[in-house]
Amino acid sequence: MERPLTQHIHPDGTTRTLREYVKDGGYRCLQKLAAGLAPKDVQRLVTEAGLRGRGGGGFPTGTKWSFVPMGPDAPKPKYIVANGDEMEPGTFKDRVLMEGDSHGLIEGMILAGYALDAEVGYIFLRGEYHLSAQRLNQAIAEAYAEGYLGKTIPGTGFRFDLHLHSSAGRYICGEETALINALEGKRAVPRAKPPFPQTVGLWGQPTVVQNVETFYNLPHIVNHGAAWYHSLSHTQDGGTKIYGVSGRVIHPGWWELPLGTTAREILEEHAGGMANGVRFRGVLPGGISTAFLVEKHLDLPLDFSSLPPQVGRLGTGTMIVLDDHTCPVGFVLNLERFFARESCGWCTPCREGLPWVARILTSFEEGHASKDDLALLDMHTKWLAPGHTFCGLAPGAMAPLQSALQYFREDFEQHISRGRCPWSKKPAQLKVLV
Amino acid sequence: MATIIVDNKSYSVDERQNLLAACLGHGLNVPYFCWHPAMGSVGACRQCAVKQFKDDRDQSGRLVMSCMTPVTNGTRISIDDPEALAFRASVIEWLMVNHPHDCPVCDEGGECHLQDMTVMTRHVYRRSRFPKRTHRNQSLGPFIRHEMNRCIQCYRCVRFYRDYAGGRDLNVFGSHDALYFGREQDGTLENEFSGNLVEVCPTGVFTDKTFFRHYTRKWDLQSAQSICSHCSLGCNTTASERSGILRRITNRFNSQVNGYFLCDRGRFGYEYVNSDKRIKHVRVQLDQDRTKTAAPQEASEVLNIIGARLRAAHGIIGIGSPRASLEANVALRTLVGPQQFFLGINEHEHQLLSKVLSVLWTGPVPSASIHDAEQADAVLVLGADLLNEAPRLALALLQSIRQQPMERVDDLKIPRWDEAAVRNAVQNRRGPLFLAGSQRTWLHDHATDSYVAAPDDIARLGFAVAGSIGQGAPSVSDLRGEIRELTHRVAEALGNAQRPLIIAGTGSGSLATIEAAANVAWALHRRGKAPRLSFVLPECNSAGLGLLGGGRLQGAFDSISQGKADTVIVLENDLYRRAEETQVDAFFDAAHTVIVIDSLENRTTTKADVLLPAATAVESDGTFVSQEGRAQRFYQAFVPEREIKEGWRWLSDMARAASQETDVDRGVTTWRNYDDVVSATARAAPELAHIGKVAPSASFRLMGQKIPRQSDRCSGRTSLIAHLTVHEPAPPVDHDSPLAFTMEGYRGPVPSPLISQFWAPGWNSIQAVNTYQDEVGGPLRDEMPGVRLIEPDATMAPAWFTAIPHPFQPRSDQWLLLARPALFGSDELSNHSPAIVERMAQPFLSLHPSDGARLSLDDHSMIDLTLEGKTYSLAVHLDPFTPLGTTGLFLGPDVFRGQVPAWVNLFKAVTIVPRRRVA
Repeated sequence: MERPLTQHIHPDGTTRTLREYVKDGGYRCLQKLAAGLAPKDVQRLVTEAGLRGRGGGGFPTGTKWSFVPMGPDAPKPKYIVANGDEMEPGTFKDRVLMEGDSHGLIEGMILAGYALDAEVGYIFLRGEYHLSAQRLNQAIAEAYAEGYLGKTIPGTGFRFDLHLHSSAGRYICGEETALINALEGKRAVPRAKPPFPQTVGLWGQPTVVQNVETFYNLPHIVNHGAAWYHSLSHTQDGGTKIYGVSGRVIHPGWWELPLGTTAREILEEHAGGMANGVRFRGVLPGGISTAFLVEKHLDLPLDFSSLPPQVGRLGTGTMIVLDDHTCPVGFVLNLERFFARESCGWCTPCREGLPWVARILTSFEEGHASKDDLALLDMHTKWLAPGHTFCGLAPGAMAPLQSALQYFREDFEQHISRGRCPWSKKPAQLKVLV
Repeated sequence: MATIIVDNKSYSVDERQNLLAACLGHGLNVPYFCWHPAMGSVGACRQCAVKQFKDDRDQSGRLVMSCMTPVTNGTRISIDDPEALAFRASVIEWLMVNHPHDCPVCDEGGECHLQDMTVMTRHVYRRSRFPKRTHRNQSLGPFIRHEMNRCIQCYRCVRFYRDYAGGRDLNVFGSHDALYFGREQDGTLENEFSGNLVEVCPTGVFTDKTFFRHYTRKWDLQSAQSICSHCSLGCNTTASERSGILRRITNRFNSQVNGYFLCDRGRFGYEYVNSDKRIKHVRVQLDQDRTKTAAPQEASEVLNIIGARLRAAHGIIGIGSPRASLEANVALRTLVGPQQFFLGINEHEHQLLSKVLSVLWTGPVPSASIHDAEQADAVLVLGADLLNEAPRLALALLQSIRQQPMERVDDLKIPRWDEAAVRNAVQNRRGPLFLAGSQRTWLHDHATDSYVAAPDDIARLGFAVAGSIGQGAPSVSDLRGEIRELTHRVAEALGNAQRPLIIAGTGSGSLATIEAAANVAWALHRRGKAPRLSFVLPECNSAGLGLLGGGRLQGAFDSISQGKADTVIVLENDLYRRAEETQVDAFFDAAHTVIVIDSLENRTTTKADVLLPAATAVESDGTFVSQEGRAQRFYQAFVPEREIKEGWRWLSDMARAASQETDVDRGVTTWRNYDDVVSATARAAPELAHIGKVAPSASFRLMGQKIPRQSDRCSGRTSLIAHLTVHEPAPPVDHDSPLAFTMEGYRGPVPSPLISQFWAPGWNSIQAVNTYQDEVGGPLRDEMPGVRLIEPDATMAPAWFTAIPHPFQPRSDQWLLLARPALFGSDELSNHSPAIVERMAQPFLSLHPSDGARLSLDDHSMIDLTLEGKTYSLAVHLDPFTPLGTTGLFLGPDVFRGQVPAWVNLFKAVTIVPRRRVA
């Protein structure tokens, strides 16, 4: 089983030096560019490879690129932005890559820049990723020194400059348009689409924003071709994916696996199954803005095309497992508190709805909830839907809530009927009769 | 045009609109908050959701935000769809999670857009049982009250204040449901247009602090259409009164003039009407000793006294006023005869005004309305400080710089209403705006280029630009290199534009600047462009007075001193603001009888033998002519106290009193009501012939009824004087206009000059303007936006102005004194409004730091300014943007405003004054 993204990452947590990177074939694809691989060819390769965005949306990268204006009349400059604002709870895959193999990101960004004739790149990095920042800065300096950055790639007339920007820290900065606003020094509030960043992005110029992991795939596609890339995967979406598991399993961690590996395989073979004495109840397959998968879904291939929309979506591929020793209501409350706090405050349903949901869930946990509250939760899952809110944050926040209400409804009802959280050690609230 | 189907009915709409505007334009009620007709869509509030269907087979549809959805032919939507209705009600429910239930004590109550929208969505029951979030409010200065708890986070305030009006000290802080809209810390809102927050805010976060001090519910206000009298732009306002107190000024939409916004001087300068300096009674000085103050006299008696004096007079002269209505000036001119009528402005101003009018009359280039200014795609301002002299025009220029970048927006196929996308695409791109003047303001931060210099150098730049545009305009040869480059840049930008605008000020006192501006505009006209000209004039009716025409003030002084006349009637004019003190003193001393008609006490009123209390603009019917040459009608909002009358009415009463019983009725004596004055005005000068078309006449009726000034729901009319009598007096009768001082009358569509308050069922806030427009944001239905009295003949080809001044040469021992106008302080009337007084700066003199060094002056040290024999002690502001060799005099109240520019001597004050130092 090939692991192109992570096979060379040092198991001891140290980073790969430029020398190691080059020795293992790094920056080799720049020679291909010099040998006459045209931007159009890179675009075609990526489209044929079936690469899909690894940030959670799974949007086909080739399609995304096709909207960027090309040719001599296209606006200049154009920008490439790596979205390294990995703030999705439970998700740490980009960090693994950036800390372990910083040059892969740089090479991927140079390729994307070359394919789209975009000469400036930004890495928008989560503020807390100090080690990544340190290593990326080091790698960028090395790449400049070696002439991979800041110098015309021989034979191409193309030169790429790259800057690292550390975020001031909001979850919403992971949303590509809010990220652009933040990068411009504005409030991190999403922008309405259309126009899409590919035409009006950073500083009003054509911009492609992609997840860090997506960029890491590009050099391998260029080096080995689309057919090879497809062969890595179990399904129609090409390549490998970094999957991760956290929660009460025997071996929490991350693994680079063929795209389309089932959750059961990941949980049982790689994570070693549930810890002693606890039972599996559900799993959020990729970050907290995805719906719970339960036992019956575990044999579905985890990729961007196989999960039926009514079941859920892959998201980032880094899972959080819910077990039977944990209150699902408290679990969801924790998520909704996070979402309520991280709402940017731009649109009404998200800004006002999420804190209300969090307060209602709190009252479930405290034993004050009633049947009406259940109806209010249902109302929010209905109204905070894509298109109703300005961006995807609130609909994402509703995914775990809605699926929890579906699969664990009896737990919610028990909170009401018992007047307490069944998992809590605290005594039931006294019902005061007025 | 496109056809859209709304709830199975077809509507024809403009496809450049969004769905929300299209629906509102057809009178379909879709609730909204964050969208504003002048500020476009951002999609924040999610209130305007409607159901959109793919085609007629699509039964399920999907919710879309109508403000963010472009109109396309065949768009099929439903406003009444149950899901859309439920979602919109939910949006209100979310907003109510934190909005306090304080309507009964909220100043916005009764005209609150949030109340209207709540009713519109039919949301009634709030299910949130949790505590509401609270905020600390800020003290934002004398104009605006802040109550953050009411905020519904629609972002309109920051979008207006920062994006539209260029303000910097209001922002949004925090995130999620803890957003805060305010300043970084307590303090006065600095932007000149802060008052619009009151109307832009859909609820009671930003309310009018001056209104709060004499608060009345909107439905209890008696309102009339007014024209702002605090600068020459003629913004349309609504003046509202209750029980004899002017309560507030609000914006009155006029698509050609002010649109949706006013400046702070216009909105908050009204309180002079309620001032204790108001002259409320007639006063007569029977003996000739003017050192004693005049004594109150019975109003009926005074006309007999005046009549006797006028009959006995050996020659009567009249001095008009640029702040009195056209009608009052015409009445005075008719009473004393055209030869004895003098304009009442200083010599210099007289020349400037004549020059401006002759440029507009004889040249091919039309004057610009504020709307034209917003549409201009390149602007050159010569010698005007717009933010302080004509602020609403500065606000228009902030919009004009978006015109050129809009081409990029169109190329990207972004609809112009998609405000957020437009701003993202435009970024910092700005269309050409060149500012040349003698002082710097924050408007310069938005300019392509600016030039701070003495007036002669400003004029030279203008002449040089005209020369560079070519077409035969004289050029300026001996320019410094950098100025020559600037000239080329300006000429190129103007030449590349389609609708260039040239603005020149009269405040700098430079005739050459006006001529230079004319040359530039005329050269552009000959190049086949469609340029516009705009001249900033000193006062609200300067243009009207100029069109009427009359003698120079010196002529008035001469006729008294030479004995050609011994009686003078001064109409609403403080001559001490117009001429040198000694000259005015001598003038009044020499006059046998001085009759003064005015509204506020001033130095001239103390000289009156007979003092007659004049109504202010909001208590009068009349006409002002704006700097554009646009004649606009204003109406009495209320009948002032018994003895106070409009200037023209006093004058016609005086004429009747003076006429012998044997006299045949003629002229002013025949006037019975306002229509007679208007007809006389139309005859007074050929330029004024169409003045009758400005608004319907007094006899105008709809369904046989007058139009009420009070709202349908006016309450408490009978209780107003219940502590005195339980009998309700009959409402005053208005013979002068189609309006009535009651709540009864015609309640349907009326001609736009007669709309006293914008209101429609379900629309109690100022947003009701939408319901008066066919296309939201466009002109009012059947709008009568005033009459432009000066429409030039495009074929005119007047001779070029050739008197190009020499470069300014600083002198070694003297400084050129320049006027430094102030938004708060330079306007005579608004200076008597307490809120404006709070915002006034201390008088000061600005000097370039190296000039300061020559006089060994520090910032804030005191200086003696010697001017025409008098010495004034003033604080010095060292300001690097004051041109070398000049000094700027802050035009506050009580500051001498004689002839500027003038060469003056400056000496460091010898008196020991404790220095104010900032630690």
